Amino acid sequence: MTTFFNLTLAGLSSGAVYAALGLSLVIIYRATRVVNFAQPALALISSYVAYSVTKDTGSYWLGFAAAIVVGTVLGVAVERLLVRPLRDAGELSAIIATLGLLLVLQAVSGMIWSNEPHAFSYAFDFRGRFSAADLFAVLAVVVTASGVLLLFKFTSLGLRMRAAAFNPEVARLLGVRVGVMLTLGWGLAAAVGSLAGMLAIPPFISPTTLDEVFVFALTAAVLGGLDNPLGTIVGGLALGIGLSYVSGLLGPELVPLAALAILVAVLAVRPAGLFGRATARRV
Amino acid sequence: MLEIEGLSAHYGLVRALSNVNLKVEEGSITAILGANGAGKTTLLRVISGLVRASEGRITAFGEDITTTPTDRIARSGVAHVPEGGGVIPELTVEENLRLGALWRKDRADRAKALDEVLELFPPLVPRRSRAAGTLSGGERQMLAIGRGLMGRPRLLLLDEPSLGLAPMVAAKIMAVLRDLRADTGLTVLLVEQNARSALSISDYGFVLGLGEVVASENAATLLADDQLRHAYLGF
Repeated sequence: MTTFFNLTLAGLSSGAVYAALGLSLVIIYRATRVVNFAQPALALISSYVAYSVTKDTGSYWLGFAAAIVVGTVLGVAVERLLVRPLRDAGELSAIIATLGLLLVLQAVSGMIWSNEPHAFSYAFDFRGRFSAADLFAVLAVVVTASGVLLLFKFTSLGLRMRAAAFNPEVARLLGVRVGVMLTLGWGLAAAVGSLAGMLAIPPFISPTTLDEVFVFALTAAVLGGLDNPLGTIVGGLALGIGLSYVSGLLGPELVPLAALAILVAVLAVRPAGLFGRATARRV
Repeated sequence: MLEIEGLSAHYGLVRALSNVNLKVEEGSITAILGANGAGKTTLLRVISGLVRASEGRITAFGEDITTTPTDRIARSGVAHVPEGGGVIPELTVEENLRLGALWRKDRADRAKALDEVLELFPPLVPRRSRAAGTLSGGERQMLAIGRGLMGRPRLLLLDEPSLGLAPMVAAKIMAVLRDLRADTGLTVLLVEQNARSALSISDYGFVLGLGEVVASENAATLLADDQLRHAYLGF
């Protein structure tokens, strides 16, 4: 019984990270129908910046703030410079472009910060069963995710962003600056992604640190139906806990396999996601 | 109010509008009539900037809007209710309505506009917090027109508001438009296939045939012109 309890707690904090990175994918997918494969690279670059800032100033939180700011700026830049020019070239073009950007940015980060892993500090003490660092991860994600959901549901900015995502032409006819909404969405998503990166990366950062986490985050997003923020958060937490059971009861080497098995199973059985609404897009 | 001079528009190589000249007087209801494919919908889409004109000029409220972006045209006071209404089914009825006024700074007046629109279309009141996708065809059209009115437009562009509706519901919507014009002096440009019902509330009518204006007359004159009615209006 205590094993289960401990595994659940351990899964909760990693699940929160998958949920946050998954959420950053969903915000973008919902607005532009693009799966942003460059998201882990954006989080990686911003975490590397945090690493440098923390190293130079000695302050973890200065580095943390720098990561969020750099992440936001990178998200805005990717939308403006890469995704928007490809808007008329079909959805697949933008997706392939983000995949290319992922490889380029990983290579570039290796050139700047070297491919050797560097020690990357936690926000708080990480020792123990459910450490302060774990608690911080869960709280940070819960607060951020609630903030994003409340923004979408209850503010007029959120309403405009949703309208621009659901029906850009009608949104334009109602005076919404659709381009601005898309850019804001990418900035917001990349900020959330950078938060996920900061939580996922410790204890070591290297250009490929986030690859595995990204697979889990993508699985969480697919579990949620790819355009359902709340479903993705639930999916991320469930996946974290489930993989923690797999790791604790069957062996840690099976975790990536289990994640891929879940991904394939969901796509085969419920392609709209566990929480996908069948009526979603029509009319 | 709205003036269109020598307007042409193309979809690729296909010419959809050719040398259209049209004038809408302030406070009038003007009907655009014609068969399927005559260019009626394209004309509205060019006015609101969704389709770019290849030739000609559009002036609204004394300003040249030929190349103005759609969202700016909307914020200048042109509400375009597209064919089928363009209701966003994922949003609630109230969210759809609020969306129509969000660009206006005056919060208090936005709330007032919401009350007025709900008063204008009482069937929407009990459905306020339901997803717009659950509405019937007539309710959707009311929601779409209501959303257009939320921005307190000076010019309302309506694309086939009675399409697919029961005759009773269509007549009700026409009556609402007539009363609105009488009460608020709203200017309406109304695209309709149902020429008789459109002309019954209109001051002027323009008849389009294959992208060209083939007749422009007072509504009463058009209704009385048997030849034209048979040739273009089908009744």
